[in-house]
Amino acid sequence: MALSIVHRATGVALYFGTLLLAWWLIAAASGPTAYANVQAFTGSVIGKLIVFGYTWALMHHLCSGIRHFVWDLGYGFKANEREALTWGALVAGIALTVLVWIIAYAVGGGR
Amino acid sequence: MVEFALPKNSRISGGKTWPKPSGATETREFRVYRWNPDDGKNPSVDTYHVDTHDCGPMVLDGLIWIKNNIDPTLTFRRSCREGVCGSCAMNIDGQNTLACTKSMHDVASGGAVKVNPLPHQPVVKDLVPDLTNFYAQYASIEPWLKTVTPTPQKEWRQSHEDREKLDGLYECILCACCSTSCPSYWWNSERFLGPAALLQANRWVTDSRDEATGERLDNLEDPFRLYRCHTIMNCAKACPKGLNPSEAIAELKLKLVERQI
Repeated sequence: MALSIVHRATGVALYFGTLLLAWWLIAAASGPTAYANVQAFTGSVIGKLIVFGYTWALMHHLCSGIRHFVWDLGYGFKANEREALTWGALVAGIALTVLVWIIAYAVGGGR
Repeated sequence: MVEFALPKNSRISGGKTWPKPSGATETREFRVYRWNPDDGKNPSVDTYHVDTHDCGPMVLDGLIWIKNNIDPTLTFRRSCREGVCGSCAMNIDGQNTLACTKSMHDVASGGAVKVNPLPHQPVVKDLVPDLTNFYAQYASIEPWLKTVTPTPQKEWRQSHEDREKLDGLYECILCACCSTSCPSYWWNSERFLGPAALLQANRWVTDSRDEATGERLDNLEDPFRLYRCHTIMNCAKACPKGLNPSEAIAELKLKLVERQI
């Protein structure tokens, strides 16, 4: 049940994260000053935390969604499979988030 | 409707601690939900101490011991005491299960055995829930063989392979552990059929002898009756018979899609 709730919560969080993404894109289209404002926000500690949270919400929702996709196809219902899928989604979500940030820092140097 | 808090008259307050049985060398603490429709008071949780040397190993044995030796007013349903009838379904240590097949020793590391009625159902008294709606939903899926071809001279024949398809479905004892563990059922029990009734629906849809498959699926094709299931999986975790209602529901969903192709 807990992971079902987390799946929903991350789904809701994605709405707000998408707003952030829209803000960033609109700023990029409107000019360097607007873009600099967004960069200043996302570069701050709080901004970084929010973007990190958004990355996790996205990755977790993705993995958890694949889990639901497997179930909708009629597989993975045995008790051990169910637990494996659930823990797998949780761990993979966190792992992918960390991986994305490592790549982002490696490529962009934390900008 | 989604409800996170209990209504005022359902909130638990206080409770009596009954004295330990005299002369008992080893006791086990039971904390049992009590509510009497006649005294106008809120529900409470009473504490009892069961003499484990004078009592069987199951939670139901403990409840019967309490009723016989401490408090004859304690009310609960029980019948077969071996996991066949489904009468003694209740919430033990936070999990819906049968009191007769749940050992006291399996309840968290020697702590108190917490016993509550099945969640989110109206309470008749103490541990007895009102399952009228649950049974009506079972009736609504028409759990009997429906045919249009003339009745054969002898029995309706079924191959061994087709009979095997009913394994994991026919064993349900309708104890309501699964349905009352489901958040979708808690919040939409008047419109969502719930895991138990849906598992039974799949039992009749799967039956090779039944000739009303299309009609049965039509009845389920509804945003609430079937599709309130969000694969939360509490039902499969709760089932004391080891059945898997969530899998049965997924099969129904698949059958609904497959018949459109």
